[in-house]
Amino acid sequence: MTQAAIKTTGLRKSFGSNQVLKGIDLEVAEGTIFALLGPNGAGKTTMVHILSTLIRADAGLGTVAGHDLAKEPDAVRDAIGVTGQFSAVDNFLNGEENLMLMADLRHLSKANGRKRTAELLSRFDLVEAARKPVATYSGGMRRRLDLAMTLVSSPRIIFLDEPTTGLDPRSRRTMWQIIRELVADGVTIFLTTQYLEEADELADRIALLDHGRLIAEGTPAELKRMIPGGHISLEFASVEQLQAASAMLGGSQKDTDALTLQVPSDGGVGSIRDLLDRLDRGRVDVSSLTVHTPDLDDVFLALTGQPDGERATVS
Amino acid sequence: MSTLSYAVRDSTTMLRRNLKHILRYPVMPLMLIGIPVIFLLLFVYVLGGTLGAGLGGASGRAEYASYVTPGILLITVAGAAQGTAISVAMDMAEGIIARFRTMAIFRPSVLTGHVIGSFIQTMAGLAIIVGVAMLIGFRPNATAIEWLAAAGMLAMISFAVIWFSVACGLVTKSVEAASNLPMPLILLPFLGSGFVPTDSMPSGVAAFADYQPFTPVMETVRGLLLGTGIGHNAWLAVAWSVGITVVCYLWAKKLYNRDPIR
Repeated sequence: MTQAAIKTTGLRKSFGSNQVLKGIDLEVAEGTIFALLGPNGAGKTTMVHILSTLIRADAGLGTVAGHDLAKEPDAVRDAIGVTGQFSAVDNFLNGEENLMLMADLRHLSKANGRKRTAELLSRFDLVEAARKPVATYSGGMRRRLDLAMTLVSSPRIIFLDEPTTGLDPRSRRTMWQIIRELVADGVTIFLTTQYLEEADELADRIALLDHGRLIAEGTPAELKRMIPGGHISLEFASVEQLQAASAMLGGSQKDTDALTLQVPSDGGVGSIRDLLDRLDRGRVDVSSLTVHTPDLDDVFLALTGQPDGERATVS
Repeated sequence: MSTLSYAVRDSTTMLRRNLKHILRYPVMPLMLIGIPVIFLLLFVYVLGGTLGAGLGGASGRAEYASYVTPGILLITVAGAAQGTAISVAMDMAEGIIARFRTMAIFRPSVLTGHVIGSFIQTMAGLAIIVGVAMLIGFRPNATAIEWLAAAGMLAMISFAVIWFSVACGLVTKSVEAASNLPMPLILLPFLGSGFVPTDSMPSGVAAFADYQPFTPVMETVRGLLLGTGIGHNAWLAVAWSVGITVVCYLWAKKLYNRDPIR
């Protein structure tokens, strides 16, 4: 591992009596994408707030770009860019003015600022909207402008707090593409998300945050091995039908109250056809069928059987 | 670049941002001028006849227009304070302030941008009100130096009141609360020598009126522009202005440096 871009030990934060972070140790290598994955309220945003110097930790150490968060916040601020969950654009200005504002605050020369603004407007497909007030922008455009503003100073480390939450699928793809391009240029990215798919798609390493603790950390492949597979859920009209199907399909779990049967499956078309064929031959009628692929719920369920899960490191 | 030149550059950038806001959405500045103008018209044309006669001597509506103008100017300053508190509170609720906090910029520049923007707005408002007052009978007899001194006095109290309202905008949790907090300032010219001389008030009210910060300011401005006696009011007014500015600047700075999420 090269020098760590971000490193924390025992980071803690409480708001009043509510402990949001209960001692976080993590390390992010330079030039990689690190995803902090967790449900709402896990403490992801608080983590980003602390690492980006917006708020101070109660205890623990943190260094970003080799600078101590508590002692040299301005040195950290010079090295980082942050795109938060809530758009951090000036609604009273237009897109171009927002970017020029960032260029001025990053102390770029006027000529450099204009050049960088023009580059970013075209890179983020905002040339046409450049002179329109930001208040008229769509969600996707705001998010792109937001990220463009973060990139004005070419930061080496970028924090993205739920960069695709609330975006339509196409805008989401565009955002992923942009993130990949950034890493190709050697930038380190610290990303938070509540989508397993997104972390899987983008990250070199993923850490799972739950109730203020890291409960697992590893590469996407390592984490997936810890997750149970998907299943097919079958619903029946009567208990008799359910019993018949249950007897036919070994390894399935039945719920007599809901008249459903859960059959482990990869959810592929072949296995669904095979399953239905078998039920057909046994003359069992299925009233409905749903395919369930593993998601964040499954991961958390698998890892946090108990309420306050112990930390498990995969390596 | 040194810290000082960064401070100047960042403050200028923030000022430019605030001036753009003011120019693009001129509802607030229009209100800030509209309210004192309405007060002025009301007090001169509706109440001015009676109040003017009450000033003693052979005075009437025309003399009252001159008497009341310094009070109306302070109403303008107080009204601007409300606007500043609202715009600071609104700004603090925006995501972009969080972005500024994660950037290596001169930290108070967000505040100085607001202060200088409001200051320019207030001074422009005062100039307009003086113009309107002169149209309806305000007859100052001041020399150029006295005009300059009066402008300086109003600038000092404006600066003080603006820092106070910036702190109000920071300390409140909502825009509504921020707009209410500086409201009592509007009453200060009434509870002082703005509309009637303080010696016509009951002793308890008069005591408050004589010792509150707006009275020496109004007396100083009145003395400079109309030639009435100033006495020790000039020093008192300067002391109040400087004192309020320093205390509120430190308070606002402390409020801004708190963790934004608590």
